[in-house]
Amino acid sequence: MWEYTDKVREHFLNPKNAGEIENPDGVAEVGSIACGDALKLTFKLDENKRIADAKFKTFGCASAIASASALTEMLKGKTVEEAMKITNQDIADYLGGLPPEKMHCSVLGQEALEKAIESYRGVSHKKPDEEIVCVCFGVTDGEIERAVRQNHLTTVEEVTNYTKAGGGCTNCHEKIQEIIDRVYATQKTEEGPAERPKLSNIQKIRMIEETIEREIRPSLKHDGGDIELVDVVGNRVLVAMRGACATCQASQATMKGFVEWKLKEFVSPELVVEEVAS
Amino acid sequence: MKEVYLDNNATTMVAREVLDEMLPYFHDYYGNPSSMHSFGGQVARKLAEARQKIASLLGADPEEIIFTSCGTESDNAAIMSALANSPGKNHIITSRVEHPAVKVLCEHLAQKGYRVTMLSVDAEGMLDMNEYEASLTPDTAVVSIMWANNETGVIFPVEDAARLARERGIPFHTDAVQAAGKIPINMKGNSIDMLSISGHKLHAPKGIGVLYVRKGTRFSPFLIGGHQEKGRRGGTENVPAIIALGKACELAGANMEKENTHVRALRDRLESELLKAVPQSKVNGNRRQRLPNTTNISFEFIEGESILLLMDQFGICASSGSACTSGSLQPSHVLRAMGVPYTMAHGSIRFSLSVYNTAEDIDLVINELPPIIEKLRVLSPYWATTQGACATA
Repeated sequence: MWEYTDKVREHFLNPKNAGEIENPDGVAEVGSIACGDALKLTFKLDENKRIADAKFKTFGCASAIASASALTEMLKGKTVEEAMKITNQDIADYLGGLPPEKMHCSVLGQEALEKAIESYRGVSHKKPDEEIVCVCFGVTDGEIERAVRQNHLTTVEEVTNYTKAGGGCTNCHEKIQEIIDRVYATQKTEEGPAERPKLSNIQKIRMIEETIEREIRPSLKHDGGDIELVDVVGNRVLVAMRGACATCQASQATMKGFVEWKLKEFVSPELVVEEVAS
Repeated sequence: MKEVYLDNNATTMVAREVLDEMLPYFHDYYGNPSSMHSFGGQVARKLAEARQKIASLLGADPEEIIFTSCGTESDNAAIMSALANSPGKNHIITSRVEHPAVKVLCEHLAQKGYRVTMLSVDAEGMLDMNEYEASLTPDTAVVSIMWANNETGVIFPVEDAARLARERGIPFHTDAVQAAGKIPINMKGNSIDMLSISGHKLHAPKGIGVLYVRKGTRFSPFLIGGHQEKGRRGGTENVPAIIALGKACELAGANMEKENTHVRALRDRLESELLKAVPQSKVNGNRRQRLPNTTNISFEFIEGESILLLMDQFGICASSGSACTSGSLQPSHVLRAMGVPYTMAHGSIRFSLSVYNTAEDIDLVINELPPIIEKLRVLSPYWATTQGACATA
């Protein structure tokens, strides 16, 4: 069971402003039934251009309903400019916090708000240069980037919690990681070039050994082969192939395509693997 | 507030008789059954008695019963043993709707290089036996198919499946965690090689499982250690839980009739009344080939977690296949494998009854649930727009 705050429970059990305003000044529909939550937000302005009323309809879990209810309460009395400043974190804070896995409910609220304001201003929501990264939940690179920046997300899992991206087939995890890396890389260059941590020789050898043990050997063993680490000279990793691998025609491909690739991934991109006679 | 517990496929209450039976083995008779003194020896005798009762429920011999810590351990032990004893074979057959104890293990093995066939199910959650038969190959090391599905209650023809595997010399395992105690199982009358059960699904405590291994089946232990369980599972026996499971199996045997009359009648009434009271609701899974205690109903255009939390206000305990309740973002893999549309899958609720449920329990749900559904549908942006269109469809 989720640990919801009393405030979340209150807004879920007795939602405020449920429904739909007729002839609204701003309207937005975000999310989809496939994604598991969807929100329709409508608002109306008074003569002073302040939000007189806001209503929501939500398909979703308790925290999605509570987030929408909270958002409509927060909107009342604000000008559009003030409303624009509401972030997903503000919605979560208003509710006394949300479980990390449920933060996407507050993001859905913020998205609906932005889109509703855009509809009021008559500007198109479509951002032509954005590309869908997560096909399962229809999340774009721009949305992911914004969530990463606003909420200081550093892992794919956090991005999934906030945007749902990557929560389905998981095929886009690499792309999400690239976006995270890009955000922090540009932040770093703004702060000046970052030093890549330098490995000592001992550290390097230890990591190579661990990587062989964990990532490489089990796969080779499955095909009846094995690998032995002979020496490490600078960035040259000298190995000998054993068992079926020693006589296998494909072992050169295994060496470059698999062993070196794994070592580059887990230890250092500068490594070069060489086979030596056993 | 008294809770109305309709989540017995998740776990069950330890029966009073079961609790009474096990309690003396914590403080009074705490001896180790392997000890040479009579203080431990009396525990060993009690253990043998429990093993006999469990074997009886399954129509098995006591020597075919291995105690484990849970259903997951039993499933892992069975599959890993079959693989270890089929050297050179690289193919595993299972279904898309298995419990994670089998499904995730098989996915893990696929990553390690095994070829895994995950059999599909149709819209009613039933296996295609022709597809199954066609997937059996000389390279197949093990078949693992559940006896009954935990989410829908759909019963699979595992005895037929096991026979086809036996004809080809392929070991067959079934996860019978949901079936045991609810429908008759007679291992003397089938050719299933290994079968898993779990104590806490039939009114014994959590932390005890059984792996049945047919005599003559080659078996390699999963937990290697002491001589317990004839060297097939190391580790000092969980004595109180084993004694509890013995008693629980005895009770289950005695209650089997009631399960099929009383429980089935309650389930059927709950199901038909809810379907009648709530438009655009539908049962997931074949309604004939099904456990007597389970019903899985989808309420279209609303989300399961919200339903559960509102039912919780009345003390009603059930489960959902929605994404939000799982902590993942996708609805239940079982409902997706059945091709249940998202509008339905997110709003699915599983009620699973036991012999301890009463007519009043069912009345409460029949009275309280339809207004909950109505309340959430009024909140749903999809309801108003689709209501007219679908009502006439």
